[in-house]
This record gives sequence, C-alpha cells and structure tokens, in this order.
Amino acid sequence: MTLHVPSLMVRRRRSFASRRRTISVLLTLPALAFVAVFFFIPLAVMMWMSLNEWPLLGDKRFLGVGNYVDLFGDADFLHALAVSSVFVLLAAPLTVLIGLGLALLVKARRRGVSVLRSVYFLPLVIGFAPAAYIWLWLLNPDVGLVNRILQDIGVSSTSIQWLVHTGTAIAAAVTLYVWKTVGFSMLLLMGGIQAIPPEIREAAAMDGAGRWRTLISITLPMMKRTIALVLVFSTVGAFLVFEPFYILTHGGPGNSTTGIVQWIFSTSFFDYQLGYGAAGSVVLLAVLIVFTTFQLRAMREEQT
Amino acid sequence: MTISLTRTLPDDRLAPAQPIASTPRRARRRRLVGLLWWSTCLILACLFLFPLVMVLLTSVKTPAEAVSSPPTYLPRTVSFANFVNLWHADQGLTVYLGNSIFVSVATVVMTLVLSTLAGYGLSRVRFRGSTLVFLLLLAPMMVPIQALLTPLYVTLLNLDLRDSLFGLACIYTMSQIPFGTFVMRNAFASIPAELEEAAWVDGCGVLDAARRVSLRLAGPGLATVALFAFFTAWNEFLAALVLLSTDDNFTVPVLLQNLITGQLGTIDWGMLQVGVMITSIPCIVIFLLLQRYYVEGLLAGSVKS
Repeated sequence: MTLHVPSLMVRRRRSFASRRRTISVLLTLPALAFVAVFFFIPLAVMMWMSLNEWPLLGDKRFLGVGNYVDLFGDADFLHALAVSSVFVLLAAPLTVLIGLGLALLVKARRRGVSVLRSVYFLPLVIGFAPAAYIWLWLLNPDVGLVNRILQDIGVSSTSIQWLVHTGTAIAAAVTLYVWKTVGFSMLLLMGGIQAIPPEIREAAAMDGAGRWRTLISITLPMMKRTIALVLVFSTVGAFLVFEPFYILTHGGPGNSTTGIVQWIFSTSFFDYQLGYGAAGSVVLLAVLIVFTTFQLRAMREEQT
Repeated sequence: MTISLTRTLPDDRLAPAQPIASTPRRARRRRLVGLLWWSTCLILACLFLFPLVMVLLTSVKTPAEAVSSPPTYLPRTVSFANFVNLWHADQGLTVYLGNSIFVSVATVVMTLVLSTLAGYGLSRVRFRGSTLVFLLLLAPMMVPIQALLTPLYVTLLNLDLRDSLFGLACIYTMSQIPFGTFVMRNAFASIPAELEEAAWVDGCGVLDAARRVSLRLAGPGLATVALFAFFTAWNEFLAALVLLSTDDNFTVPVLLQNLITGQLGTIDWGMLQVGVMITSIPCIVIFLLLQRYYVEGLLAGSVKS
C-alpha cells in the first residue's frame, strides 16, 4: 500500500499540470476576443478608413494616400500639430521641473510630510473635465477669483480676459495641466531619488559636499533615467490633452488653440469627414509611437 | 521600488548625515532651514488646494451670489439652492448619476472578470504562444482612446451599440485590459502554486482550487484593477462626448458641458460648481481611503519591467 501512494501522487500531479495548461489557454480567450473586437478590428478599420473618403452617410470612395497628401497641405491640420507641439514644449518641461522641486521637498521623512504629498497629489485623482471647469470659472473675467485676487493685491486694476487672447489662453491651459498632473511626476521622481543608494550620498557628505553640491553632482546625474522617463510621460500626456483647450477656449479665438486631438474630434464629428479624421489619427499614432520608443529605450536602460 | 504617499522611508537615509548642533550658530541655521521648508510647503499646499476649496465654498453660495461680479471669497449666506437646481437640471441629476454609475460598474465588472481570467491563465504555466497572447493583451496600451476615436465610433455603429452606455463601457474595458491583465498576472504569480496543488490533492478541481485558494489571496490586485477601471469610467470625457448622443444617456462629465452651453448661453456658475463637486468628491474620497492601491497601481502601470 505504502508503495502505491507516491506513484499515485505523481500521476495526479501530472494530470493536474496538463489540465491546468488546457484551462490556462481557455481562460485567456475571453479577453483576447474582447481586445480583438474593440481594439484590433478598430485599429485595422482606422487604417482602411484613412485610405478612403468616408462620409457618415452615403458612398465611400477609395482615395489611396490622397487623405495623407491633403493633410500635409492642410493649414488647419499643420496649425493643430503646431499648437500641440507648443503646448508640449511648455507643459512637459514645467511638469518635470515642478515635479522635481516637489519631490525634493517631500522626499524625506518628517512629521506631516505624508499629508503634504497627498495634497500635491490630489488634483490628479479628479477628472480632467471638472478640473477644466474649475479653471474656466477661476479665470472668468466677471465671476472669477483670479482677477479679484490680482486687483486686491494691487497687481492689476483692470479685469484681464485670460481666455480670449492666444498667449494667456495657452498659459492658462499649461497651468491647468501642470496643476492637474504634477503629482504623478512628483511620485515617480520621489522613487528615483529613493533608489539612489544612501552610501553614495553619505560618501559625498564625508568629502565635504554641501546640499547643493550633492544635488547637482550626485542626485540629478543618478536620476537621469527617471527624469527622462517622466519627461516622456508628460510629453505624451500633454500631446493628447483635449479638455484644457476644448473646455477653456473651445479651440479659439479662431482656431488658435485647437490642438491635434480637437482637430480629429471636429473633423470626424462636426464635419463628418471620418476618413480624413482617421488619417489624422494615424499621423497622431505615428508621433506617439516615436515617443513611446524613446520611453521603452529609457526604461530598458534604467534596468541595466 | 517601494514608494508611497503615506509610508515614509524606514530610515532617514536621504538627509545627509546630520551634523551635531554643537554651536548655537548651527542650531539657529537648522531652525531657519526648517522654518523655510515648512513655509514653502504650506504655501504650495495652499496653491494646490485653493481651486478645490473655492469650489466647495462657492457651491453653498446663493445662486445670485455665485454669479455676482466682482466675486466674493466667502459665502455671505449659506444656501443649498444650487444643489436643488442641479437636482432638477435637464432630465434630473439622478438620470446622469445613474448613467455614470452604470458605466462605471459595468466597466469595473467586465475589466475584473476578463483580466482575472487572462491574468490567471498567463501566470501559472507557459503554453505555446503565451508570450504572444500577453503582448496582444498589452497592445491597447500603446494606442490611447483619443487616437482611436473615429474607428471606435464606426465599430460601435456596426455593432448596433450607437449611443449606448454598454458600448461606452466596452470601450473603457478595452482600455483597462492591458493594465488589469498585467496586475492580475503578477498578483497570481506571487502566490505559490503549491497551495493550489495542495487543494487539488484534497479533492478540488483545477478551477475550484484556483478560485478557493488563489483568488482569495489576490485581493490587493483586484482592488487596484477595480480602482483604475472606476476612475477611468467615472472621469472620462472625450469618448463619452463623442459616443453618447441623446441627452438622457449622458454621463456626469458630459452633463457639465451641457450646463455650460445651456439656455441662452449664460452659465449658472453655482450649479456648475455643484456639478464639479459631485463629479470630484467620489474620486477624492476613494483616493483617500485606498491610497495605497492607487499609488501601487500608478507605479505598476508606469515602471513596468
């Protein structure tokens, strides 16, 4: 009897393993089917649409690369790319810099520091739409508090039309973006600081390096990868913003603050040129793939 | 990496070795630095909180005071008229809240089911093509919804899910499957398979063993996945704006847009503040309660290996 038990166990084990293998394959099928229907098919449809004239109703007409040729001669589209690029160039570095400042402020253990972290993080958890409505209200020339404060402290005596002029409107959108997302940069950069072995800083302190010297010669160079990663994240995020412009300015005055996502939105769903909108989406996707390649490279180097 | 907003480092290894305050000058200097640190942090905290606090204060002003120009800082009289107005706005607030809750719950449930199954399937054994399956399930992460909006609209049209809350929930679920599968795969992989084998020896079936043993231990992973699915579905604006077309299907963020472009082009600011609050407060409360899962999820989603 005692001899049979181990072999029985082995057989049961083996059948457990083979059954588990079959079941494992089956368990992945629902998610695969779902992703196929709602991701891979739409992705393929997008490629196909971009090669056609595709009105919402009526006949589709094959154009080949016609849409793409039109895109790069379309002043509105190029302008939208430029608006998004300007926004990225302002918002992404600011998010990283301010995030770095916050991370350095709250990196170490102190009484009350966890409350401060949560406060800086809080705007990240609310939606972009409510956040944009808050700033739309704060910046309103009649009922907004920003002008009231500026008048009370004597900075300006007239009420400023923040969202009517292109320059201040972009500044407003950048402020909203930084306020809303800088907590995420702070979190990742804090991780980068904490990953530096303490011995290195101690050695620097031993050699007589002060706070600033340690920061510039030790901390920042060792965080290079994390900073690059955060920069890529905020670049992609800033490139994809919709609510800050759509809600604050509706893309105006004129189309001076219409970014790429809003261009796709209005081309596809106001003008109902779905094929042309899809071609714009493919261009957006190409830009994002370039960014993501940088991101993957930064992450891979971080590991080695 | 262990980073969190609440937990702090076990030792204060970031501060350079503190010099012993031997001289009064050094002690004074240290006190000054501490004071400077506190005032900087507090001023920043006020700047970050100011917009949120002012929304809260404005929501309890009377409707007339909320649109007064110049604006007041503090409400002169406390009134809940804005809440009442929003309650009756358009189809009635309950309709929009119901829509948002339906989309959020549907997204959370579908995401949990699909990514738990797939995550388990990918965690225990390697089968032929398992790496490929994993990569296919991660693929939607590379393409944000914003870039896929036009074909998603056409796809839902063809599936007869036009202007459908369920269709919207499907889109959100698709966008959450990469993160969900990734988190659940790691959660199951960290549970020793021997535990399931022991349950099998005790007479459980394979799935039974997984359900009774591993699923119970995967709670933190499930919480993280559910949290992010909820936040996405509750807050998302652009896809909801595009894919929903009739008024009584709108989710709360789209209702806000409706309030703005409402009658005669005038904005009822007091009502808008209440709308902003109702959208934001669930997120803030859930974040404060489940901070640990939220932060862990953010890090898992960004610093992948």
